[in-house]
Amino acid sequence: MDKFRMIFQFFQSNQESFMNGICGIMALASTQMYSAFDFNCPCLPHYNLAYGLGILLLPPFILFLLGFVLNNNISMLAEEWRRPQGQRGKDPAVLRYMFCSMAQRAMIAPAVWVSVTLLDGKCITCAFCTSVPVETLGNASHPYLSKEEIQRVLARIPCKEIYNGQQLIANEVAVRYLRCISQALGWCFVLLMTTLAFLVRSLRPCFSQAAFLKSRYWSHYIDIERKLFDETCAEHARSFAKVCIQQFFEGMSTDLVAARCHLPRKVPADAGEAAEKLLGITDQGTMNMALKSWHRCKPPLHLHPPALSNGNGWAGEGQPPTHPSVPRRETAAYYSWV
Amino acid sequence: MDRFRMIFQYFQSNSESVMNGICGLLALASVKMYTSFDFSCPCLPQYNMAYGLGIMFVPPVILFLCGLILNRQSLVMLEEWRRPQGRRKKDVAVIRYMCSSIMQRAMVAPVVWIIVTLLDGKCLICAFSGSMDPEKFVGFANVSTAQVQQLLAKVPCKDDELMRNNTSRKAVSRYLRCWSQALGWSILLILIIAAFLARWLRPCFNQTTLLQARHWSNYIDIEQKIFEETCCEHSRLFAHKCILHFFESMQQEIKLHSFSLPREGEGAEGEEDLLRGITDQDQVNKLLKTWYYEKPPLDVS
Repeated sequence: MDKFRMIFQFFQSNQESFMNGICGIMALASTQMYSAFDFNCPCLPHYNLAYGLGILLLPPFILFLLGFVLNNNISMLAEEWRRPQGQRGKDPAVLRYMFCSMAQRAMIAPAVWVSVTLLDGKCITCAFCTSVPVETLGNASHPYLSKEEIQRVLARIPCKEIYNGQQLIANEVAVRYLRCISQALGWCFVLLMTTLAFLVRSLRPCFSQAAFLKSRYWSHYIDIERKLFDETCAEHARSFAKVCIQQFFEGMSTDLVAARCHLPRKVPADAGEAAEKLLGITDQGTMNMALKSWHRCKPPLHLHPPALSNGNGWAGEGQPPTHPSVPRRETAAYYSWV
Repeated sequence: MDRFRMIFQYFQSNSESVMNGICGLLALASVKMYTSFDFSCPCLPQYNMAYGLGIMFVPPVILFLCGLILNRQSLVMLEEWRRPQGRRKKDVAVIRYMCSSIMQRAMVAPVVWIIVTLLDGKCLICAFSGSMDPEKFVGFANVSTAQVQQLLAKVPCKDDELMRNNTSRKAVSRYLRCWSQALGWSILLILIIAAFLARWLRPCFNQTTLLQARHWSNYIDIEQKIFEETCCEHSRLFAHKCILHFFESMQQEIKLHSFSLPREGEGAEGEEDLLRGITDQDQVNKLLKTWYYEKPPLDVS
């Protein structure tokens, strides 16, 4: 129990750092995903915008959802939200706190993806290359090129090998321009996110510190209570199984003794623990019968005092033991082997 | 109790070193960010200065804010500043000390970024190539005024077709880089001298106030940590008691309903204790259902 307590304290004090660790790993994973992804601009007038903006905005959405999925506390939040009130009131502030802290952590990886994408520049170059101001950056004096033609030529800017509009606007000039805009947007985005995070963190002690302490305490409490309950149930299940199986073996051995009209073999006084653990089954035939019975006819989930069980089959769900029990008999009940 | 004392000492000695560690990591991160950032000057007359100065000054603001966010002590300081006085007086000197130590640590990464940027030179070349006096450079002296701005703006782009073999471009570039590096080294020198003087002269002024402020700021930090630890411990014990009460109340309810004879079993008595009177599939199902539908009240008196 002491060891359990130590491990508990470790997880408790480190629950936050554990989740921060997952958050950091996801941010790293998002940069790795971006560098491993083979960006391939289609270089066609209407497809460019869709592709560029899709790569910019869709993976962050996926990463955001993944951030929620990987967070263990989401099921705890859902449980607390949906439980019937019963004897314990529900505090919406606690739910809000839990949701906010999960959402903040889930936002980090998408923000990293968007920043890295904007600072790299390929997406914006691909998406907005058809909107480059040709008048200021290049020679707009190509009257024989129709608007669609110009669009088609500009759409090929990201694909240097097939670009054929060098007279219209130099490829490097356009790429530099778009990249400059993209990087400016990227830095502004990072600045905005950082400022928001700073404001959220620094305004909280100024306004609602007491409420915050309360929500944090009760949200930890709910988490710990759930874990402790699971632990207690696991312990209980273990003991239940142990007693159930013990009673099964005892039942078997008594039954076989009755069937063969043998006197129960006296355990020699110096045989010790090992003989006790044999539970009265000491030969191959008996053991085989015990195993077969375990497979074919498992005992009911109903533990009785050291006297024998008196029922077969499952106790039904809706039948609480409300009737006074029949005085138990000391001899074996008949088992059916089927 | 012994364990608590060990944890005490650990936190006490390592609060400062944790903060110094974060500070160092941020400085390294800032260098790494600069080297992995793909600087690409737009080489257009109005955009150059905005881009160059933006890259030089916006990331330091971001790094400064990150330094404040990642430092746990900034929260502690804010809480101490905003708390109602109650029965404990507020010492302005302590808050000032905490504020200054937080600011000093948060300033390291931005300064590192600015110095690395200046020593590298690309930002200044990009920002100020358009403000050069064309008369000083042979290649630009005889060009018309309208065109000279365009040409000067293209100086940072080595691979541009107009600039590829232009010797005056290299001259402008070297000139600006020289200025940039001189500025970078000067700033570094000034900062190091200022830090040296501050540390050296500090014992001459208000040493006792400083010691007091440092002690109490450390105290506030540790008190906060221990309060959180104690709350965790308390909530664990609370939960334990609450669950035990719940199992006992289930046990009593079952006893009321089933009128079973008192058990005289010797058998596995330890196991019987752990079973807490719940020995039936129905009883277990009922317990689990009650746990969901009617959680016990938060009252373990």
